[in-house]
This record gives sequence, C-alpha cells and structure tokens, in this order.
Amino acid sequence: MSPLSETIVAALIVLGALFVLLGSVGLARLPDFLTRLHGPTKATTAGVGAILLASAIFFSSGDSQTISLHELAILLFLFITAPITAHLLAKAALHRQATGTETVDAETPATGEREAPD
Amino acid sequence: MLTAALEIAFVLIAVAQALNLYRLVRGPDLCDRILALDTLGISAIALLVLFGIRTASTAYFEAALLLALLGFVGTVALCKFLLRGDIIE
Repeated sequence: MSPLSETIVAALIVLGALFVLLGSVGLARLPDFLTRLHGPTKATTAGVGAILLASAIFFSSGDSQTISLHELAILLFLFITAPITAHLLAKAALHRQATGTETVDAETPATGEREAPD
Repeated sequence: MLTAALEIAFVLIAVAQALNLYRLVRGPDLCDRILALDTLGISAIALLVLFGIRTASTAYFEAALLLALLGFVGTVALCKFLLRGDIIE
C-alpha cells in the first residue's frame, strides 16, 4: 500500500468518525424532535459515506490490484434509504404532535414557544 | 498511521454510540427512540467496516449490508406502526 493512499484512507476514516460523532451529539443535545432528526442524517451520509469510501480505497490499493465494489453497494443503499427513513420519522412525529399523543419532557420547548404549524 | 487513525475512529464512534444510547433511554417520545435505534444501527455499520479494514478481511461487508437492510426495514415498520397503528394493512 502506497504512503499516499494510506494517508487518504487515514484522513477519510478520522473525518468519517468525526461526522458520526457530530451526528450523535446533535441527536443527544438538540431541543426537540424535528431538530434532532437533522443530526443523524449527516452522520449517515457524510460519516458512514467517508468511512465506506476509505474502505473501498483500502481494499482497492492492496496487492491484488482489484477494485473493491462491495462498499459502493452499501453506500448506495444507505444514500437511498436515509431520506426515506427521515421522511417517515418526520411524518410520524407530526402525526403524533397533531393527535396530541407525543410525550414531551422539560428539555422540549413548550408548544406555545414553537413556531405555529401554518 | 492507519492504525492510529483506526484507534481514534473506534473511540469517536464508541462515544457516538454512548450518546445514541442516552437518547434511546431518555426518549422522551417514541419517535426519538426509533431515531436513536436507527442511528445506533448506522454507527454499528461504521464500526463493522472499520473492523474490516483493521483485520484486512472482506468478510464484514455482507454483515454491514445486512445490518443496513434490517435497520431500514425495522425503522420503516416502526414508523408505519406509529402512523397507522398497524404495520401490514
């Protein structure tokens, strides 16, 4: 493995792990559900994307001189499904807000402080 | 250098999983728990891929793909349940 590709792989791994951490910090720290939904979406696309790209480069630059495409399948699947899950979660959360079945605690702003739905 | 980067990444993702677990336990709403579970699955995929790089083995891709598939299906089923009170109509 050449020093150049090793540097690229190492940089992508650390960058991806940082994004995963930032997404989870967003999930743990942000005040209400729809803002919390925002964080992990970045963790999925940028974080896991960078790590899978690093893995693809790592296994492509080995001795066997073959290009590794397994990671791209995972990457494609995650990129397709991430917006679908986010959309469904937002829909479920709005449904629960509208029907008044959601549970809130002290860290969630009261309904009066939120923006009006329309 | 690669080994050091892998060690750093393992620690960062472990902290991320601890934060996801905090949100999973804390809630407060069911939607938060579903989102936390989904994010746990995604960081588990990242961990598996990193472990694959560390052991230089390609056997972990299938596991990662399977985890991605099951995580997606699980999240969709749970959201459907919240929306409709039923999964298969």
